[in-house]
Amino acid sequence: MHTFRIGGIHPKENKLSAGKTIIRAEIPPQVVISLSNHTGAPAKAVVEKGDTVRVGQIIGEANGFISANVHSSVSGKVSKIDSQPDVSGRKQLAVFIDVEGDEWLETIDRSPDIISQCNFTKEEILAKIKNAGIVGLGGATFPAHVKLSPPPDKKANILIINGVECEPYLTCDHALMLCHADEILIGVTIIMKVLDVKRAVIGIENNKKDVIAHLSKLAKNYQGIEIQALKTKYPQGGEKQLIDAVIRRQVPSGKLPIEVGAVVQNVATVFAIYQAVQKNKPLFERVMTITGKDAQNPGNYLVRIGVNLSAIVAQAGGIPETTEKIIAGGPMMGRAVASLDTPAVKGSAGILFINNEQAQRKEAANCIRCSKCVNACPMGLEPYLLMTQSENSLWDKMETNHVMDCMECGCCSYVCPSNRPILDYVRYGKTTVGGIIRGRK
Amino acid sequence: MNVILISLLTLGILGAVAATILFLTAKKFYVYQDPLIDQVQAVLPAANCGACGFAGCSGFANACVSATSLDALLCPVGGNAVMQNVSAILGKTSSEAVPKVAVLRCAGTCEHRPQTNLYNGAKRCSIAHNLYSGETGCSFGCIGFGDCELACTFGAISINAATQLPEIDENKCTSCGACVKACPKMLLEIRKKGAENHRIYVACRNEEKGGIARKSCSAACIGCSKCQKVCDFEAISINNNLAFIHDDKCTLCGKCVETCSTKAIVEFKLKVESL
Repeated sequence: MHTFRIGGIHPKENKLSAGKTIIRAEIPPQVVISLSNHTGAPAKAVVEKGDTVRVGQIIGEANGFISANVHSSVSGKVSKIDSQPDVSGRKQLAVFIDVEGDEWLETIDRSPDIISQCNFTKEEILAKIKNAGIVGLGGATFPAHVKLSPPPDKKANILIINGVECEPYLTCDHALMLCHADEILIGVTIIMKVLDVKRAVIGIENNKKDVIAHLSKLAKNYQGIEIQALKTKYPQGGEKQLIDAVIRRQVPSGKLPIEVGAVVQNVATVFAIYQAVQKNKPLFERVMTITGKDAQNPGNYLVRIGVNLSAIVAQAGGIPETTEKIIAGGPMMGRAVASLDTPAVKGSAGILFINNEQAQRKEAANCIRCSKCVNACPMGLEPYLLMTQSENSLWDKMETNHVMDCMECGCCSYVCPSNRPILDYVRYGKTTVGGIIRGRK
Repeated sequence: MNVILISLLTLGILGAVAATILFLTAKKFYVYQDPLIDQVQAVLPAANCGACGFAGCSGFANACVSATSLDALLCPVGGNAVMQNVSAILGKTSSEAVPKVAVLRCAGTCEHRPQTNLYNGAKRCSIAHNLYSGETGCSFGCIGFGDCELACTFGAISINAATQLPEIDENKCTSCGACVKACPKMLLEIRKKGAENHRIYVACRNEEKGGIARKSCSAACIGCSKCQKVCDFEAISINNNLAFIHDDKCTLCGKCVETCSTKAIVEFKLKVESL
């Protein structure tokens, strides 16, 4: 069974909510929809205080090339447009909406029928994806229409779908693939049409055997779609790792996957694209996993964007008493939240409760040059060296040691026997070096 | 005997030839350097901190020698005493510089600013700032892991364990500005030291609206503009709900300090210790 060739780790999977169906979360009386729901420039608000909006109505327009539209996830009245702290406590401009009923735009097809026939042209599909504000739901929230429009001199020859979900605890993509397999497969054919490729591979880790069996059976009805089971290893969901695992090709340092003729999309993004193209439904809800060792009711919830995280948690049985730390996203790449009083965004994959024992970091000791971090790094970097250079502000050396290739997966900190905060320092160096490189242009 | 003679001769001739080559190349590629540069460098503090804006003390000495007037040049570490020595060597006049000192524009001690969450990552301000807004409700305030302490080459900054804020030793601070660059929250500022170390400044950088700022820190500037109204010298400006006292206009009358309702304006008065 294939997997990527360099580095990687296998943390305990802890997929407590695996195989559970998707529960529709309730809508609280107020939602706060951030205008920075994606990577790139924040959207520009197109509604004003006092306006009434309906579900699916556009409230923020893409502002720049790398930006995405933002839509209302509820119907009601705009109460204000003000700044709101995100999970890291940083202020972002957001639209506050008081909910009144649940009135959808008429253009959205709410019927449960699956529409497999797609007669739109490539341009029409791309325009629909762009209008629907679809971003990569795997975590990076990069606008999907930009990713699906490779430069004219580059040609994709394979579409790789990321159904890996390598993060421990998270099961939202798993649940989506079980409940909406047909829609995802139709979504894949739509993207294949846009990119004009003949072959698509859905990569799924072998710890989701039910999904592999289910999808393999259905995929026979679609031309050119293969399901590939992959050996469970973190961080297989990384774009470059997945390409290596599926087609055995390495993306060169500093280059994009299109360089090796591949385009990668997450399954949740594919589902959103299906809904946008076939059902005219913009991206305003997503599946989130609420989980944790001591969580009363770990599960997968279909959440409207902008719903307060604490409201979602309350529906899932509240915060367990033993909780010491709450993480937005998975335990490896997610961020500890400064406050739960923040709205869900398009990139929110889950909420994870960490108890007292797990939350504490152990005291850091000296580096013993064991090179475990070097062996674990999936990008082939030398994390111990980058950390020392970051500590001593040697930015030019960090750049020549390819710090910009780091994807912050955290394997180095995970394996370090001295409990050194390697990733903290490398990430800081990466931000600084990135700033220096941007300054040069 | 012969062996000794031969080796002596060969080595002697080799040495003589090498010496001639060295002598000739030194003559041929001789670079003239003003001897004044070395003299000036000798009186500089040799801290090589870069506070003057040049790359080290030799760069500054070079600039002093080539400049027509010393008015725009100042070694903040050495201050007026060093600049007088430099002007004596070069025979150029230098203007009297106002002594400056670094001040911390945050008064968010633990009692003013209760902790809302706990951070247990790497203990560096720059890293914590990179990740999130901070351990308290105020996202503008001091993080307190001491990046400024690390940056200070003169040992003038230390973190007070009780308040979790850095303290600046007036006597050691040379106003080189290394801490200003090190602080990710931009809380340190180089200000006029003032006569008898008397100075008044707003110890806050919170740009939130009054209510929100007050909620997160009881010593926050709420941008009420009372101080601006009471000031007779137009020394106070308010931008983004935050007051700033311009030290070139401030006469240290102290009216603003009395009127400030949150005590965000700090009056500092200290007798200089005689060494």
